[in-house]
Amino acid sequence: MKILVAVKRVIDYNVKPRVKADGTGVDLANVKMSMNPFDEIAVEEAIRLREKGKAAEIVAVSIGPAKAQETLRTALAMGADRAILVETEDEVEPLAVAKILKAIADEEQPGLVLLGKQAISDDSNQTGQMLAALMGRPQGTFANAVEVEGDSVTVKREVDGGLETVKLTLPAVVTTDLRLNEPRYASLPNIMKAKSKPLSAKTPADYGVDTAPRLKTLKVSEPPVRQAGVKVADVDELVAKIKALGIA
Amino acid sequence: MKTLVLVEHGDGKVHDATLATVTAAGKLGSVAALVCGDGEEAAKAAAAAATVAGVDKVLLASGPAYAQMLAENVAALIVPLMDDYDALLCNASSNGKNVAPRVAALLDVMQLSDIISVEGDKTFTRPIYAGNAIATVESSDPKLVITVRGTAFAKAASEGGSAGVENVSGPGDQGLSSFGGCESVKSDRPELTSAKVIVSGGRALKDAETFKEVILPLADKLGAGVGASRAAVDAGYVPNDYQVGQTGKIVAPQVYIAVGISGAIQHLAGMKDSKTIIAINKDEDAPIFQVADIGLVGDLFKIVPELTGKL
Ligand SMILES: Cc1cc2nc3c(=O)[nH]c(=O)nc-3n(C[C@H](O)[C@H](O)[C@H](O)COP(=O)(O)OP(=O)(O)OC[C@H]3O[C@@H](n4cnc5c(N)ncnc54)[C@H](O)[C@@H]3O)c2cc1C
Ligand SMILES: Nc1ncnc2c1ncn2[C@@H]1O[C@H](COP(=O)(O)O)[C@@H](O)[C@H]1O
Repeated sequence: MKILVAVKRVIDYNVKPRVKADGTGVDLANVKMSMNPFDEIAVEEAIRLREKGKAAEIVAVSIGPAKAQETLRTALAMGADRAILVETEDEVEPLAVAKILKAIADEEQPGLVLLGKQAISDDSNQTGQMLAALMGRPQGTFANAVEVEGDSVTVKREVDGGLETVKLTLPAVVTTDLRLNEPRYASLPNIMKAKSKPLSAKTPADYGVDTAPRLKTLKVSEPPVRQAGVKVADVDELVAKIKALGIA
Repeated sequence: MKTLVLVEHGDGKVHDATLATVTAAGKLGSVAALVCGDGEEAAKAAAAAATVAGVDKVLLASGPAYAQMLAENVAALIVPLMDDYDALLCNASSNGKNVAPRVAALLDVMQLSDIISVEGDKTFTRPIYAGNAIATVESSDPKLVITVRGTAFAKAASEGGSAGVENVSGPGDQGLSSFGGCESVKSDRPELTSAKVIVSGGRALKDAETFKEVILPLADKLGAGVGASRAAVDAGYVPNDYQVGQTGKIVAPQVYIAVGISGAIQHLAGMKDSKTIIAINKDEDAPIFQVADIGLVGDLFKIVPELTGKL
């Protein structure tokens, strides 16, 4: 079986995002960019499935600017076999991303598509579910454990009430949660090797997908800032404060 | 505008988060509530939904295919119903996030995730970048699919409405997925997203046993819900559903007490709308103190037991 993994280039999770003064968005100039952390988990899971003999080939896909090549090279260095960059300088919304991934899935016929549950930039948490819908296939979102057996995949999901398990008929779409695995670091030799792995360049037009946004961003603003309050000296003072709040 | 709200329910009751979603839907127009489920529980939930203030009509889809809210089956049910509605609103919960985008894609519309305000018929605000920015966005789609952040809207009254209940049926089991059970620990504690007080513990709590010994007595004293940072969940101190943050639960209690939590942006994203934040941390420069209304610097293993004793 082939596994398709979607990886997005986003602001590094250690960077505190700053809103642009003109209110048009978040300042990404000269900011460290990395692979979306949930997507690293997706790549790792794909590699583990291949190591267990459940998958034969891993194809990583990214939709984004030319620089997203770096993100794909990271996926290749971790262990993906080849990569597809769908290049566009425009911001592409989850629906259009899902349409492009659907077109790629039609060509590649993967048994499993792995995505992150959420891009830490737009925080949409949509793309995997949308892709599953467009493919007419089942979805295992927020995966905590994934087991492929025969023609089905069992996904343990992190849900509001704890964990739940669903069994899906392959092909299926799975989105990763934080506890699924701990992604490996790419070793230096693997980073070197990744440079010669195949990476094909495409455009949204190659897949006939219109990426014009459906949502118009009218404004991006700073959230209200919280002021730091007081520090109390000891537990007695804290007790007095808590009592004053009327909760004890 | 005609809106449809996907109801979340359990034990025949409507979840609090759905009451907030009803309020958000009411800002757009009339509200119909869709209850999916099976058997007596679903019928009870539909009766409960019918009394929610602001709900005009309840649609009940009952059957084994809908018992577990499997997204494949529920989305297939909702899509044809949307012929009659202009907007679908779901909670920004694990359930809503699972179902809504599937519906959106089938309707070929771009979903609005996690809205925190309704600014107009098609205009909403939503947090992005872990709440470090708030985007005002306008949809150009003919229909709206929305998930609602429950902490941002008041809860509709659960009594006062008198809607009729209408049965609807859908295409049933899509044959793509099946439910294999759940592992959830039932507790008598207030649920995180509706708790008035929350005590949360971080990595500093050492292990599951220590977390239990230090945090739970304080939470018991205050009748509080219990939360945690990602680090505490990853280390296995508590189950995954305790996680508060950007990629966990979003909470806004009256009082949030952070114990041994540093205050990473991903954690702050989930709790900084709490009314009063109290932080206990031995590092006086911990970022949590930048958002805390009341801070106490010191060793939590001394402070918390003493605090619990004195309350
Ligand atoms: C994609 C992604 C998503 C994430 N999502 C979330 C999320 O939803 N929620 C979340 O919480 N995190 C999330 N994180 C993780 C986040 O970045 C931090 O790593 C995490 O919040 C740290 O948890 P912590 O504060 O418990 O641990 P630490 O940062 O290690 O802080 C421990 C604190 O305890 C204090 N301490 C230690 N001993 C004592 C003592 N004896 N007495 C008093 N204080 C003490 C220390 O001074 C320190 O401040 C996410 C990260 C990523 C990459
Ligand atoms: N531009 C993109 N390129 C590749 N994958 C993407 C892109 N956007 C979203 N994804 C995938 O979809 C997941 C969820 O993203 P989102 O729905 O935007 O929160 C991410 O973790 C990625 O796996």
